[in-house]
Amino acid sequence: MNHLPLIIKREYLAKVKNKSFILMTFLSPLIVVALLSLVAYLTSVNNEKVRTITVLDESGFLNETLVSTDQMIYEYLSDISLEEAKKVSIENNSYGLLHLPAFALDEVSSQIRFYSEESPSLSLISNLESKIEKRIGELKLKKLGVDLSKIKAAKTNIDMNQENFEGVKTSKTGSFLKLMFGGAAGYLLFMFIIIYGNLIMRSVIEEKTSRIIEVIISSVKPIQLMLGKIFGTSLAGITQFAIWIILIGVLSVAASFFFGVDLSATPQQEMMAGAISDASTNSELQALISEFHSLPLLNLVIAFILFFTGGYLLYSSLYAAIGAAVDNETDTQQFLMPVVMLLVVGFYVGFFTALEDPHGTISTVFSYIPFTSPIVMLIRIPFGVPIWEQALSFSILIITFMLTVWTAAKIYRVGILMYGKKPTYKELIKWLNY
Amino acid sequence: MSTLLEATNISKNFGEFQALNDVSIQVPKHSIFGLLGPNGAGKTTLIRIINQITMPDVGHVILDGEPLKPEHVQYIGYLPEERGLYKSMKVGEQALYLAQLKGLSYKQAKQRLNHWFEKFEITHWWDKKIEELSKGMAQKIQFIVTVLHQPKLLIFDEPFSGFDPINANLIKDEILKLRDKGATVIFSTHRMESVEELCDHIALLHQSKKILDGNLLDIKRSHKTNTFQVGLSSSNLNDLKIQIAERFDSTAAEFKSLENDLKLNIKLSTSDTPNDLLTFLNANATINHFVEVIPSANDIFIQTVKNSSL
Repeated sequence: MNHLPLIIKREYLAKVKNKSFILMTFLSPLIVVALLSLVAYLTSVNNEKVRTITVLDESGFLNETLVSTDQMIYEYLSDISLEEAKKVSIENNSYGLLHLPAFALDEVSSQIRFYSEESPSLSLISNLESKIEKRIGELKLKKLGVDLSKIKAAKTNIDMNQENFEGVKTSKTGSFLKLMFGGAAGYLLFMFIIIYGNLIMRSVIEEKTSRIIEVIISSVKPIQLMLGKIFGTSLAGITQFAIWIILIGVLSVAASFFFGVDLSATPQQEMMAGAISDASTNSELQALISEFHSLPLLNLVIAFILFFTGGYLLYSSLYAAIGAAVDNETDTQQFLMPVVMLLVVGFYVGFFTALEDPHGTISTVFSYIPFTSPIVMLIRIPFGVPIWEQALSFSILIITFMLTVWTAAKIYRVGILMYGKKPTYKELIKWLNY
Repeated sequence: MSTLLEATNISKNFGEFQALNDVSIQVPKHSIFGLLGPNGAGKTTLIRIINQITMPDVGHVILDGEPLKPEHVQYIGYLPEERGLYKSMKVGEQALYLAQLKGLSYKQAKQRLNHWFEKFEITHWWDKKIEELSKGMAQKIQFIVTVLHQPKLLIFDEPFSGFDPINANLIKDEILKLRDKGATVIFSTHRMESVEELCDHIALLHQSKKILDGNLLDIKRSHKTNTFQVGLSSSNLNDLKIQIAERFDSTAAEFKSLENDLKLNIKLSTSDTPNDLLTFLNANATINHFVEVIPSANDIFIQTVKNSSL
């Protein structure tokens, strides 16, 4: 008799009706949006702050090199001593004092000082440095008799057009888009496994501690119970994720509407905006759109569904087996370690190696190893992976999944009836023969 | 009498440990079958094999004429020793869920549950969570869930643990009623007084082997020692004692009586009948008390286990 739907329904409802689950579902988006808003707010406050820098240029080299902007005002002093300039700087409550002493052009570079009350921000200093460097460099060239206008004329800006051998154009923007797709998919899978794998494990332990397990498996096969648990919990997880995404979307809009906080000011989004603003001209924007269309969207969606499901099921059967092997959550550590390690290896290879070099040896190899392949492959696919490679990797994943479920079910079957002592790895292997 | 369940030559090993060694039992239809034995004798393993939770290494089980197969779970109701319910699930939902797992439809389950809940006067528990109920209350729910699908074979492992005497009696009466309605019951326990009260047949397991089985009365008959407990009064008790000792094998006995009697256990030799003893006593003393010593299930249990350990 097939009781799977009944079990899935119960597991789903048990999760969804759980108070802490409901709380998490509705509270997490609130917290996330609140934190994002806070960061965005602080960033905007930071940006709005106007800094004044007092400049004492005794050398006379600067000569309007530093031009005031909305956020930075340069106040030039002249004909006063350094000590007095410091006083003026403090009185004016300016951010700091830039001092160029009266030295010859060749020696001045090592004598420039910046005085401030607190240690200045790194970006501000390097900004000043590069401006002064450029100015003094130009002056030196001039002194050597070089015509600056010729240098300007000789300056070249290269924006390489990328194109593959089939003649399909790609661009940096396109790479960024791929990076976003792959990264998001890999990260989603990683989070999903961590959160809901644990949930499955806990629910197995709960059945053991409440001693209902023997009653249930006198009616259904343990493997049915295990699969029902995995599917039911996953459905609850998908529900939770969907609510999260919707709520975060709605709340972000609401937050930016009511409080005027621009959430796009968060660092990651700025990065994206930066990449897109590279598409400064119309043609590049069009390139972006065509880039989006040229992504193997159908392949992406199908691969996402397959690898996500495969990877998740593979790991969740391991979590279920661990739950069955122990009596309480504190005992899970020794068995969880290797599982989490595998997951983390997949994550790191995916996010550091595969994003950097999607077709390198390491990325390719790890996209075949079943425990890392779901994450690594999902990250690689947007950059173009031949279908046969995907199919091969997926086949390996499915074969491993079936072997793992078989093993996990064995451990599960024996483990759920074992109480008392904490099993060792050796005993787990013995259980496979019971 | 026909047999409902027949387990033949069952052996089961867990690694090095042998849990069952060539055990066979026959459970007659409409009987209450006591599965007895010290801790770790293999009772639970045997019960799990009957429930298809564990598979035997060797041997086979036949239920109602057919080899055991997965569909049979709905003909079996099992109350395990390690039992419990989902703590945070409501009583009603939970009972419905477990009943449906046993193959009842939602409607059937609901109908029968209403009947049982009214019978036990616990309808107001329906929407409570198990964690709000006491242990005894939860046990009642568990009992109802076990018998709800009207199984042919009921297996109770220590059914009375966790019940107060009143509720234990209630459950005992229900078990007897179920037997009278045609169910067969396998009953595993350490409590020998309930074995005396309930069981028609028993099997005794010890160190993974079956060391005794059969009809309880037959077993008692075969274990009786032809000993009679007597209480006698006479004008000269000392002479009487000597007279009896010359004729029979007698030892002092302990029992309650209102008279200041001579209390003896008299064991008859094979050539003597109870009537010979009565005639002899009648001629020499006043008989206040005369009863055959029937071995209790407890005595048989302890003695058999001891003998087999030697």
